[in-house]
Amino acid sequence: MSQKNDGSEIKVPDSLATKLSFLIMGFGNLAHKQFVKGIGFLAIEVGFILFMIMGGAQNIINFFTLGTVETHDEVIPGKILPVRVFGDNSMLFLLFGVLTWMIIAGFVFAWRANVKSARQVQKLEMQGKKIPSFIDDVKLYLDERFHITMLFLPIIGILTFTVLPLIYMIFIAFTNYDKHHQVPGNLFHWVGLTNFGNILIGDKRMSATFFGTLVWTIIWAFFATFTNYFAGIIVALIINQKDVKFKKLWRGVLVLTIAMPQFISLLVMRCFFANYGVVNRTLINMGLLKDVDHAIKFFDDPTLAKVIVIIVNMWIGIPHTMLMSSGILMNIPQDLYEAATVDGANKIQMFFKITLPQIIFTTTPYLIQTFIGNINNFNLIYLLTGGGPSNTKYYAAGHTDLLVTWLYKLTSDQADYSLASTIGILIFVISATFSLITYRNTKSYKEEDAFQ
Amino acid sequence: MSANNLTAVTGKANSKSYAAQKRTALIASYVFLTLLSILWVIPILWVVLTSFRAEPGQFAPTFFPRPWSGIDGDTKFTNAVFTLKNYKDLFTPREGFDFAKMWLNTFIVSACSCVISTFFAVATSYVMSRLRFKLRKTFMNIALVMGMFPGFMSMIAIYFILKSIGIHQTLLALVLVYSGSSGLGFYVCKGFFDTVPKALDEAAMIDGANKAQVFFKIILPMSKPIIVYQALGAFMGPWMDFIFAKFLMGQHYDTYTVAIGLYSMLDKEHIDVYFRQFAAGSCLVAVPIMVLFMSLQKYYVEGVTGGAVKG
Repeated sequence: MSQKNDGSEIKVPDSLATKLSFLIMGFGNLAHKQFVKGIGFLAIEVGFILFMIMGGAQNIINFFTLGTVETHDEVIPGKILPVRVFGDNSMLFLLFGVLTWMIIAGFVFAWRANVKSARQVQKLEMQGKKIPSFIDDVKLYLDERFHITMLFLPIIGILTFTVLPLIYMIFIAFTNYDKHHQVPGNLFHWVGLTNFGNILIGDKRMSATFFGTLVWTIIWAFFATFTNYFAGIIVALIINQKDVKFKKLWRGVLVLTIAMPQFISLLVMRCFFANYGVVNRTLINMGLLKDVDHAIKFFDDPTLAKVIVIIVNMWIGIPHTMLMSSGILMNIPQDLYEAATVDGANKIQMFFKITLPQIIFTTTPYLIQTFIGNINNFNLIYLLTGGGPSNTKYYAAGHTDLLVTWLYKLTSDQADYSLASTIGILIFVISATFSLITYRNTKSYKEEDAFQ
Repeated sequence: MSANNLTAVTGKANSKSYAAQKRTALIASYVFLTLLSILWVIPILWVVLTSFRAEPGQFAPTFFPRPWSGIDGDTKFTNAVFTLKNYKDLFTPREGFDFAKMWLNTFIVSACSCVISTFFAVATSYVMSRLRFKLRKTFMNIALVMGMFPGFMSMIAIYFILKSIGIHQTLLALVLVYSGSSGLGFYVCKGFFDTVPKALDEAAMIDGANKAQVFFKIILPMSKPIIVYQALGAFMGPWMDFIFAKFLMGQHYDTYTVAIGLYSMLDKEHIDVYFRQFAAGSCLVAVPIMVLFMSLQKYYVEGVTGGAVKG
């Protein structure tokens, strides 16, 4: 901290060494005998220049053109058959382009750190203070700059596995990378906002699919979130009643299903409700259905399939909310209830004035997260119905498809990558708007330091 | 004053009917809970029963297996209800299904990604909660924003990145995919650190500890619940996810995890033969996870509630 404040009020003209480090990174540090740091900066600069010469600059050009040579057959004199010549790979051009932009950004960051560091040693020298050695610097990273040490690896991970892919996919949304433009055979190009136009207004079938799926996604997220939430709270309240015995047993039975891997329970449920599945067989054995030909086709009727999806989601989700609200219920101070009893409140009043507000207060962030999670609840729909029953009015989507499962189908079955990315961005816009409005209004966001 | 007296009087008068009411409510509660438990146990019971069922085929006509006679593969059954054959078949590799190997693959991936992602998540959340620096809020907002993109939108890009370094069909790729971005999942854990009093840090700093020492020697030892919560979640992930695994592995059976293996047993062309093996495999996957989960349940609840309190 002391270093940062040193002389920051006085503007000092840059010395020659500092000025030179604008060009030659690390010069300022080297001039003041900070060898490790100086050589480090210098190595970054040399490495960067080499990278740009070896291919970085070309990557940037390729990023804008996305390739110019298509795969074609060429007649070569002396050979009878034409030879296949592979053209540019637009997809890799774009990927390496994005990577190069990120490396350039990283370099600019390092360059700024270099200038800052040069200015700082200059200041320290002018004030006649001791210039920190390499060991001092290392120590700093265990104390004042501990956050950098701790965040270094996680941020590298996030950059490689989230940021880079995400930026790449966002760019894809502005190209025509679809089934008619498959790499490496064909090139794809920048097309601006065409995909967004197609989905939102341009293409009738596409926009019907988008808005139809969007409406169902929101209905689904709403029901999936709130059925689980309230049912879970009710179950927790019933189990937590003072007189109910075997609390651990009741809770244990429900918790058992949390521990069961979700994809297994979902696949089992799919078999359960299948045309020849347990539910239909049981109904037949009980005499409620005539025979297998009259079985209820749970997944063939759009409305029925939707209801089943929500019911199965309750089976999966109630134990979670039950467990959570049990925890909250047990943490509500008992004297609140005692005080209320003294004041003559009855059970219903106590529930609505004490229990419910407490639960809602503590679980609002959870509710928002769950809602967003349900908008993107891929597993449930994909494993249970696979999006079916199919809808002929839709483009590559079924009646129970959510936006995410539609996105997945567009990538894995249709190879319409640009469309999928566009939908991804639209999903993002929807979830972001929703959670920014709600999340920023919750107390836990505003009163972050309340407990410290 | 008078209102209080009034309730006391009416309370006494109604005490008999009140007790009766309470009894009915209690009985109703028990009935409700019993029904609920049955509903929740049935599917699990069914998988267990199916895994031991002698009668072949995907669907049996009854919920409880019935005696069955006939020849199934190399075994002859006469009036058999249950058999261990399904488990034996599961561990006999054929057509690329090598369950023992898949189980081991999953275990390796789980263990590695559990260690890495727990470290990433705990480190990030500690920094976000306790340390104050310039880009903290920015980082948190960016993390929030990135969390809102559907996760596997970036699947294709990740696939090509891993392919370009030549590791896309290896277990290492899975470990990286599962744990790489776990620094973003710091919200629950941060909620926990937010509730640890800052006075602890300050006291240690006065005694001359630096921030690294505060973290490793003071905060970490008292964060067992949240570490267990985080580790449990990370460990269970690879057992349950199949989208990423499937996308990365394609037809490369050697590196299949149990999730992809079990899922492909339910393919249309496999389901009739493999259905009971699927049930057996499910049991073998579910049991260790259930045991683990049940024994660490306490921490899980603390993690969930602690996280919910502070988002």
